[in-house]
Amino acid sequence: MAQAERIRLRCDVLVIGAGGAGMMAAIAADAAGADVLLVDRSLIGRGGATVMAQMTVAVALGEEVPDDVRHHLADTLAAGRGLCNPHLAALLCEHGPAAIRQMDAWHVGWARHPDGRIRQAHAPGHDRPRCAYVDFLATGPAVSRTLRAQVQRQARIRRVGDLCISDLVTADGAAAGAVGWSVSSGAPVSIAAKCVIIAAGGLTRLYRRNSASANMGGDGYALALRAGADLVDMEFVQFFPIGHLAPRLIGMDPIMWDPFRYKLGGRLLNADMREFTDDYGVSEDGTYRITRDLATYAICKEVEAGRGSPAGGVYLSFQHVDPALLSAAFGPVIERLAKNGIDLARMPVEVAPIAHYHMGGIRVSPALETGIANLFAAGEAVGGANGANRLSGNAITEALVFGRLAGEAAARAARTAASAWHESAAAPALALLAHEGARGPNPAALVAALQAVMARDVGPFRTAAGLARARAEIAALTASLGAGPGGAARPFDSARLDWFDLRNMLLVADCVAAAAQARRESRGAHQREDFPALKDDWTVNQTIRLADGHPVLAPVPASGAAMAAQ
Amino acid sequence: MSLVAHLLVRRGSAGETARWDRFAVPFERGQSVLDGLRRIRIETDPSLAFRFSCINANACKECVMLLDGKVVYACTARLEPREMRLEPLPNKALLRDLATEIAAPDERLANQRRD
Repeated sequence: MAQAERIRLRCDVLVIGAGGAGMMAAIAADAAGADVLLVDRSLIGRGGATVMAQMTVAVALGEEVPDDVRHHLADTLAAGRGLCNPHLAALLCEHGPAAIRQMDAWHVGWARHPDGRIRQAHAPGHDRPRCAYVDFLATGPAVSRTLRAQVQRQARIRRVGDLCISDLVTADGAAAGAVGWSVSSGAPVSIAAKCVIIAAGGLTRLYRRNSASANMGGDGYALALRAGADLVDMEFVQFFPIGHLAPRLIGMDPIMWDPFRYKLGGRLLNADMREFTDDYGVSEDGTYRITRDLATYAICKEVEAGRGSPAGGVYLSFQHVDPALLSAAFGPVIERLAKNGIDLARMPVEVAPIAHYHMGGIRVSPALETGIANLFAAGEAVGGANGANRLSGNAITEALVFGRLAGEAAARAARTAASAWHESAAAPALALLAHEGARGPNPAALVAALQAVMARDVGPFRTAAGLARARAEIAALTASLGAGPGGAARPFDSARLDWFDLRNMLLVADCVAAAAQARRESRGAHQREDFPALKDDWTVNQTIRLADGHPVLAPVPASGAAMAAQ
Repeated sequence: MSLVAHLLVRRGSAGETARWDRFAVPFERGQSVLDGLRRIRIETDPSLAFRFSCINANACKECVMLLDGKVVYACTARLEPREMRLEPLPNKALLRDLATEIAAPDERLANQRRD
């Protein structure tokens, strides 16, 4: 069958990914006068991680208690275990309050005290109450909805869903646009753009159990790598310690227990119904104090020691909390839990670590520029602001702040940039779209196989042997994937989408495993069972660049350490 | 004895004659219809088309389809050990199988200004 005619688009600023960061970038670039095209492989404002965030937004508003950007920054840097890029962390903290006030002006609906002050919860790792939220478990959906309404109000912002970007196009070392295909029709698409912003989120789909959308397969990282940009800190995948495990819940996100913990405390119990975090140096006694990396460690060790719950996690109990208090704090959610057969006043639930967020990502300057001219990144796609472990509440702040700054920077660059588009530069990417081989092995099964490998060997606890095995299996899966997608392009071809996803997922999975293999110490979210201690000489960020299709690592002394030494 | 859910799925794309495929999925208490559909793609037929993004949270609202003639979200409809009839939304343009064109008209590629 002849391939459908290519659809050609043109814009000043192309934003890839329509989650929180992408929508904010589009709004900011448009406000700065750029002609903006916002695309997403799913529907606009429905996919990604922001819509799934049921928790909080950390920002030094000082509404609950007096606060200052410096305190938020100190907590962010401490959580990052010496590896934060301090310039990016400072940007996040400094611009956070304005972003949160802007969202407030757009009627996001932050929870408030009766006197009008924004409520700020005290989440672990913060020195004071700092985390704004929208009741009940609605922070992410409210942020998404609010940004979506703003994007729609700006008639000049063109929005296109169901558009899968397969490759960036560069010419003379600068971004020139992108090539992709329409999921709904299968037709190839080319987009000539003066500037490109990657806001495609993280990589949690690499893991079997994860808390984000199905479209978070690391495609932004893969696009950047293949375009010649650097990644950084790829070994640091954050596991959310208390992802819901059992009994089976539907219609609710597995990270839902965090708001319960910061409002009501709760008790983490092992099979002996004993609070065990004391054994790991953090006394909780019904409060919420333990940070994510430590909690993940403690839970995994309890399970390993045979003190886990039947489904392979630990218990989280609110049985000691007055039922009236439970209802007051989470009214409608308590009803949804009842429909799932869960009565928190009478039973604990089972929780276990779940892939939640990626600290690593595309290496950028404080202007959100990658090493490739006119290529920018925003949101979770950016690496560096959170170092080895992200402070809770910083992800949406990061999405909003970096989205806005990247949008402004790209619009500025687009004013003077000429279009660098060359058909010849786009030819290899277009040829891949036109590939019509036999349909290979079931790509959905290959995705499941990769997720199993990553969960087994590249999870929160790693060993040299496990990482070597993972890399060998990733290489074998890559070989079985073949050189191009099978079959001809056609409307809503899920297997074709899986093929393009796998191409990205396998590359990014290998980056995570390679960086984890090289880092022979334990720090934050990266724990090596064969190198259990943190080592000062590993106060180093690892960058990754692609050479001949393979990741090449380079160590760079962490700039936070250099600044602290001054 | 292990129980089985039988998913009877209306297949095909616009312009094709629709056919019905029957898939047997092991029934596990608490699972959703979306869990069953995802399992079919991994174990039996990766070409089976349906929309979803958030998997479990009912946040993306993309997995909307007909179950036994009623509009449901596949992520919140419980899998049951019986025959369950799945069809695409009747009032939206069919793309393939259970996937329909649910994007806002101005967010569709076909409606964009071309270069």
